[in-house]
Amino acid sequence: MTLLQICIFIIISLLTGAFIPKSIRGWFLIILNILAVFWLQPVSPIRHLDFWLPVVGIFLVVLAWFLSNQSCNHRQTWITIGIISGTIVAVSLLRYLDPICCITASRPPSIIQILIFAIPAILIICLINHQFPGNKRFTVIIFLVIVSIFIILKTDIFTYYSSKILRSLSGQDQSLASPLDLGWIGFSYLAFRLLHYLRDNQTGKIPANSLDEFFNYALFFPAYSAGPIERFPNFLKELRKPIENRCMRLWISPHDFYQGSIRIVNGVFKKFVLADTLAIIALNSQNAAQINSTFWAWVILYAYSFRIYFDFSGYTDIAIGLGRYMGVQLPENFASPYLKTNLAMFWNCWHITLAQWFRAYIFNPLTRFMRTAKFNFPAWLIILSAQFSTMILIGLWHGVTLNFAIWGLWHAAGLFFHNRWSDWRKSHHFYWENIQGVNKMLTFISWLITFNYTVLGWVWFALPNPQISGKILGILFGAK
Amino acid sequence: MAVTYSSSQKDQKVSLMRVVIKALCLFFIFNFLFLFFDPLPLLGQVSIYNHLVPGRERLPYGEQPEKSFNLNLYQLDAMFNSHKIAGKEKPENEFRIILIGDSSTWGFLLSPQETLASVLSAKNLSTLDGKQIVVYNLGYPVMSLTKDLLILDRSMQYHPDMIIWLITLESFPYDKQLFPPLLQNNREEVQHLLQKNQLKVISQIKELKSPSLWDRTFIGQRRNIADIIRLQLYGIMWAATGIDQDIPNQFDRPMEDLPADQSFHDLMPSHLAAEDLALEILQAGYTTAGNIPLIIVNEPMYISRGENSDIRYNYYYPRWAYDDYRQLLSKQCTANHWTCIDLWNSIEPGNFSNTAVHLTPKGIIQLADLLLNQISFGGSD
Repeated sequence: MTLLQICIFIIISLLTGAFIPKSIRGWFLIILNILAVFWLQPVSPIRHLDFWLPVVGIFLVVLAWFLSNQSCNHRQTWITIGIISGTIVAVSLLRYLDPICCITASRPPSIIQILIFAIPAILIICLINHQFPGNKRFTVIIFLVIVSIFIILKTDIFTYYSSKILRSLSGQDQSLASPLDLGWIGFSYLAFRLLHYLRDNQTGKIPANSLDEFFNYALFFPAYSAGPIERFPNFLKELRKPIENRCMRLWISPHDFYQGSIRIVNGVFKKFVLADTLAIIALNSQNAAQINSTFWAWVILYAYSFRIYFDFSGYTDIAIGLGRYMGVQLPENFASPYLKTNLAMFWNCWHITLAQWFRAYIFNPLTRFMRTAKFNFPAWLIILSAQFSTMILIGLWHGVTLNFAIWGLWHAAGLFFHNRWSDWRKSHHFYWENIQGVNKMLTFISWLITFNYTVLGWVWFALPNPQISGKILGILFGAK
Repeated sequence: MAVTYSSSQKDQKVSLMRVVIKALCLFFIFNFLFLFFDPLPLLGQVSIYNHLVPGRERLPYGEQPEKSFNLNLYQLDAMFNSHKIAGKEKPENEFRIILIGDSSTWGFLLSPQETLASVLSAKNLSTLDGKQIVVYNLGYPVMSLTKDLLILDRSMQYHPDMIIWLITLESFPYDKQLFPPLLQNNREEVQHLLQKNQLKVISQIKELKSPSLWDRTFIGQRRNIADIIRLQLYGIMWAATGIDQDIPNQFDRPMEDLPADQSFHDLMPSHLAAEDLALEILQAGYTTAGNIPLIIVNEPMYISRGENSDIRYNYYYPRWAYDDYRQLLSKQCTANHWTCIDLWNSIEPGNFSNTAVHLTPKGIIQLADLLLNQISFGGSD
């Protein structure tokens, strides 16, 4: 998000929070979310892709809801469908209004092209709604579709071939295809929300909800591009909670306004002052090839570490602040992770909602499976397998590259070591533990090791290939 | 909006209206104080260069900061304080030479170690009285004698023992004098310099926009402040990499085939008159230098052998204009007893990089040798 986009979102969120009554806020939010999703989508060299990607995202959301809900309030549902379709059509019709065209990054396709997509899409939804509501097989199919899109978007070679196919469909030169053509903003987070909803719905953890509520959850614009990944039941609770402490007949409570403003100011400062300033000196693939000094290599690595933290947590603060303006309290995503004294605590405080997602859908099921399996796995092996699988997947979530996988491995190894060390320490006590000051020193050493282990991990994360990461690690430890 | 917020946790009351009014008052007071005291020169004095990171080998200039770890800024104090010349008091045993000039002196497409100043310094020469010769690069990539004069004037605070001023005809026309952004953003200092030396260029000073009151507030100066901060940050990358310029692997060679164009700026043949060139700025340079020896070097240029090379020497110069310029310069030098070295055709065409005045590393070595052959460093006397 740019500063201009954030400013406009602040105004819109504030106006929504202040003047739109609860009774119609759900539908109003649908319109806002759709407009924001179109607006945030960056331009693509493939014709109309910046229009179609958000449309596909919206379609997946609607489809996921219909697949998961057997009974529904038909009137409310179809009003919601009408608002969604109407907003999409309105966005596309902007192509005819030159002075205000367009909310999308490029001119949207013609209404005929949209109808060619819309008619089968609505037919599929009607068919599912009437014939297969709650059908598990279809749920699995949509599950696989989302995961497949995710893998395609995160893997350069697949994105490249997808770009070729899309270029041929739009009659463009295939030789110009590039993995960068398919930049689908926010899809990672959307996919996680959809997968969470589909999975928890199967296990009966999702309370009854309406399409507008789910739609606003999946595409809630403050959290659309950079999280946090809220759990649906919590979001629903926030959405449905009554507004208290109204002031001057405004719907926003002074408390929400105050807290929201503080978070936004914090977020803007972190992102646009601290992170963007540190970006000048932060490690990247260009300067990694040029550094020639151990001392300065550490400096730019630390700069990267703080830059990524301020950047990401700044965006989270802004998202939380915007949410507060509209009466929705989004979850925290960061809690001073660099001050933690072991890696497990770090991962409880870094990108908290992502870590929780992986814990809920990868780590816990895997450990449960291994514990209940016929073969009696030793505890250390269960921990090892679960931590390595989870962390490698977290790494690959950022992009299917060797370096992201190594970054995941790096943290998995650290977590596994910490787990074993903690177990060992529980059964071993030393006389010097009771000496005054030793505990403080041990805490400091633990922090120092954890922080620098995390910082060194960024060498894999920030750079594109193991060769250059290896070179930087060499320089960091004195190699010329 | 007299909204009162009562925190449930701390039971403290915050009047939003008061917060807004106080913030606005502080904002206006701060801007007013900034306008009144103009702390920018003071800010320019604060520098991590020569303290936390090494001073730069040349003045900051860079159009792609993220690649060159260098940027264009116009705050002269910050620029000079980032240079290694501002690093320490001049040692007793140092014979300090400063080079001023355009992009060829600054070292376009050359690494910091390949510039003329670095090549001369690397020769580890000494004067007859045993002082170590250290050459500082104070070139700046714009062609304008007024710009050179501004830098010369500033650099006098660093106590040079000798000044070498590399010039070329393109720096002389009057219409070139005040166009560099460096001058436009330092109007008061330029105006003072022109008035002090009674230069004709003063008549063009109206072209330089005088900063409004708004421009002088904190908000108006935000770009300059940001540039000073960025210069400091890029200092870290300069220290980490030793890079201050993005040098492409490939670039276009100087134009060989030239247009059949006789014009030079708005002048046409037959003869270039002394009034067409800002020759008096050279005199101002001598006045500024005072007793310090100043050597004027007419820098080498690329001489084309392609189509229309009988009309033009290169992209910049038609033959008639350049020939006349050399004669005018020679006359001035003789009449004023200036030390002038004319090296206009002394470098092989193959030793030019991308323009008619930019030299390759090999060309720079050749130029350094030519200069050393003609300059004697007699010592402090």
